[in-house]
Amino acid sequence: MENQTKQAVPVLEIRNVSKDFSGIYALKNIDLQIFPGEVTAIIGENGAGKSTLMKIVSGVYTEYDGDVFLNGEKVNYKNPKEASEQGVIIIHQELNLVPYLNITENLFLGNELINSFGLLDTPKMHKKAKELLGRLHLDINPNTPLNQLRVGQQQLVEIAKALMLESKVLIMDEPTSAISDHEVELLFQIISDLKAKGVAIVYISHKLNELFEIADRFTVLRDGEKIGSGMMEGATHQQLIQMMVGRSLTDSFRKADNIRPKEILRVENLCFRNPENTNDFLVKDVSFSLQQGEVLGICGLMGAGRTEVLEAIFGLYPTYISGKIFIEGVEKQIRSVTDAIDAGIGLVPEDRKLQGLILNMDVTRNTSLASLEKISKFNFINKKKEEEISLNFIQKLNTQVKSPKMEVHKLSGGNQQKVVIAKWLATHPKILLLDEPTRGIDIGAKTEIYKLINELAEQGMGIIVVSSELPEILAVSDSILVMSESKQTAKMTRAEATEELIMKAALCKKEY
Amino acid sequence: MDTLNLKHKLVKFQSIIALLIMCIALSFLSDRFLTADNSWNVMRQISVNMIISVGMTLVILTGGIDLSVGSILALAGAVTAVMLKFGGEFIDWNLYVGFTLLGALVGGTLVGAFLGWFNGLTITRFKVPPFVATLAMLTIARGLTMLLTGGFPITGFSGQMAFIGIGWFLGIPMPVWISAIVVLAAVVMTNKTRLGRHIYAIGGNETAAELSGLKIKKIKMIVYSIAGACAAIGGIIVTSRLDSAQPNAGMGFELDSIAAVVIGGTSLSGGKGTIMGTVQGALIIGILNNGLVLLNVSPFWQQVIKGLVILLAVVIEKFNSKEK
Repeated sequence: MENQTKQAVPVLEIRNVSKDFSGIYALKNIDLQIFPGEVTAIIGENGAGKSTLMKIVSGVYTEYDGDVFLNGEKVNYKNPKEASEQGVIIIHQELNLVPYLNITENLFLGNELINSFGLLDTPKMHKKAKELLGRLHLDINPNTPLNQLRVGQQQLVEIAKALMLESKVLIMDEPTSAISDHEVELLFQIISDLKAKGVAIVYISHKLNELFEIADRFTVLRDGEKIGSGMMEGATHQQLIQMMVGRSLTDSFRKADNIRPKEILRVENLCFRNPENTNDFLVKDVSFSLQQGEVLGICGLMGAGRTEVLEAIFGLYPTYISGKIFIEGVEKQIRSVTDAIDAGIGLVPEDRKLQGLILNMDVTRNTSLASLEKISKFNFINKKKEEEISLNFIQKLNTQVKSPKMEVHKLSGGNQQKVVIAKWLATHPKILLLDEPTRGIDIGAKTEIYKLINELAEQGMGIIVVSSELPEILAVSDSILVMSESKQTAKMTRAEATEELIMKAALCKKEY
Repeated sequence: MDTLNLKHKLVKFQSIIALLIMCIALSFLSDRFLTADNSWNVMRQISVNMIISVGMTLVILTGGIDLSVGSILALAGAVTAVMLKFGGEFIDWNLYVGFTLLGALVGGTLVGAFLGWFNGLTITRFKVPPFVATLAMLTIARGLTMLLTGGFPITGFSGQMAFIGIGWFLGIPMPVWISAIVVLAAVVMTNKTRLGRHIYAIGGNETAAELSGLKIKKIKMIVYSIAGACAAIGGIIVTSRLDSAQPNAGMGFELDSIAAVVIGGTSLSGGKGTIMGTVQGALIIGILNNGLVLLNVSPFWQQVIKGLVILLAVVIEKFNSKEK
């Protein structure tokens, strides 16, 4: 509050901060000033480095280059607790609450009030919790267990928890990603109150409309670098979008359009109900057609339903899926992964470590995992053949390994991804689904994967690429499908597509 | 590079080295240890735990656990005994079915496999955590054993039956033959077959395995069935050796077999470990037991020492995997 008097003095200052994850830069020489009583928006595409930066500021990441100053003093927090004690508080995108405890218990977790007998002072905590919820205009009994709340409500509880602490800098990482319009308004009211009290707020969001409503300043990040900053007043949508995406892509990997002989996959009215709430759709009425040799790019923001489209086609969660899938003109019931593999579909999943690889197995065994049937007789694996196939893919995909017997957790991200792709190529698929194929891998490997996608398409495979990175979509796709909030909002050919057009369709239904 | 290689080898053969040190120490401490008599005796004692531990290894490789092996052992032993001694009497239909030795052995083994299959069923279809599902089976199978035997041992079988437990073939005790065959089959299965590969994959990363089209449920059911069958084979050997099916046979055997698996370097979180590791683990536990008896260590201290050895083995394992 004392900061209010010293108007133009930043409460938090970041100078020349860089951070790399095993050689890959997530942030490069970032400077940023956060002023009290103002909302500073951090804008950027997925993977631009927004969350990384905030994790540094709030003490989650303790090792980085550069300096962070709080009220003019250099700080280097050892952990988030130390940061929050000094008034730098982060509200994470993912919820950090205990589902089986009630709201009060969650709010006071770690800071429980105690009465004179040394026991929990439940009435007092209950009263305080109620007050706090009142401030948030949340009309819920504080005794409600957290898992009975909607996600939006849970997020507000998370915000309430942050409000209990005296904060100088409050960082909100996509606070509106899961809450309803009504709750957004409540949140904005609270933000105004906090501003009036002199709290500095850092607000991370994709939703430009929101930012124009509440932010005072903005900083745009792209690929870990600061692209621009300024006052929100006077800035336009167009400018911000351009700053977010404005890479000029020098290399285009797309082949010249060749004749498309044959439809290989058609999806009609694909729907995917939310397993946690069957009134809600993760994917709603998505229809498209994929030709032999075509690369279809699906883009949209995180949570728009891109991954779910692939999962639906691949036969995961069959009970929640409806719609028709035709492979080469024949309708197929794909009720399991085995069905999908038999139909000639392969899926390179979003998270290669969690979903793609058996990390403590070697390259060869990972490569053969989905196609063991092809190389075994009477259940006995033909190991010679297995090694041949693995070696063949190592050469073909230029996978950097010391030996095929190397365990895959020792490989770099790009090489790991190549192993996952090899696993699916070994099944001889007609259709390959790639979910974020280049996430977290270096530029060299990225280029190789783009080339590979191109080659596979030329050989007649139908390919769907889901990506958060627009330049990637533009580089590899023949046609592009844009999703927003579970629905498809635009379909265009590569020739028609521009980053601005895609971003507009992805950003919101309101704008479209 | 060379020191690293040496270190790697040391880590790889740590159990064998531990085993050798133990044997050498015991042969100095006790003049009875290295006699042929005692050696075969130890081997025969170890063989039952060895067989159970093979099944346990497969279960643990998938990331599960099986606490019911001791009870399944008792029930399978009792079923075999009842089939041999009394046959199947169906009073309602005025029917009596007698069983040959082979029939009884197959019957006992099938009972074990069925109970294991049931474990697999509750774990995969009803999503009961393996710890709980097999804990329940531990009680159920023990109760069934009591019901079947009325709480009393069933004794007195043919000489043929006794041959399984105490007989010799080509100079080697029968139980050792049986355990060797089980071990060999499991080694081949884990190393050479699709099923074996799938077991490792599921334990290593179930999500990735599922996304690669592996039939997780089916594989787990097979694995628990094998574990049940292994326990049953152990039960038959125990019954044969004692010439008696004891209602409280196999009590606590699950702990010895889990210990053997863990000492053998198999990770309790699954996906990592070998049958040969378990063989070494079972040998270490068996020889330790024998040595402590030979040295007249009090049974109370024996338990303390055994526990410490298990801890030590796991701590060393953790330490090594961190180094890498």
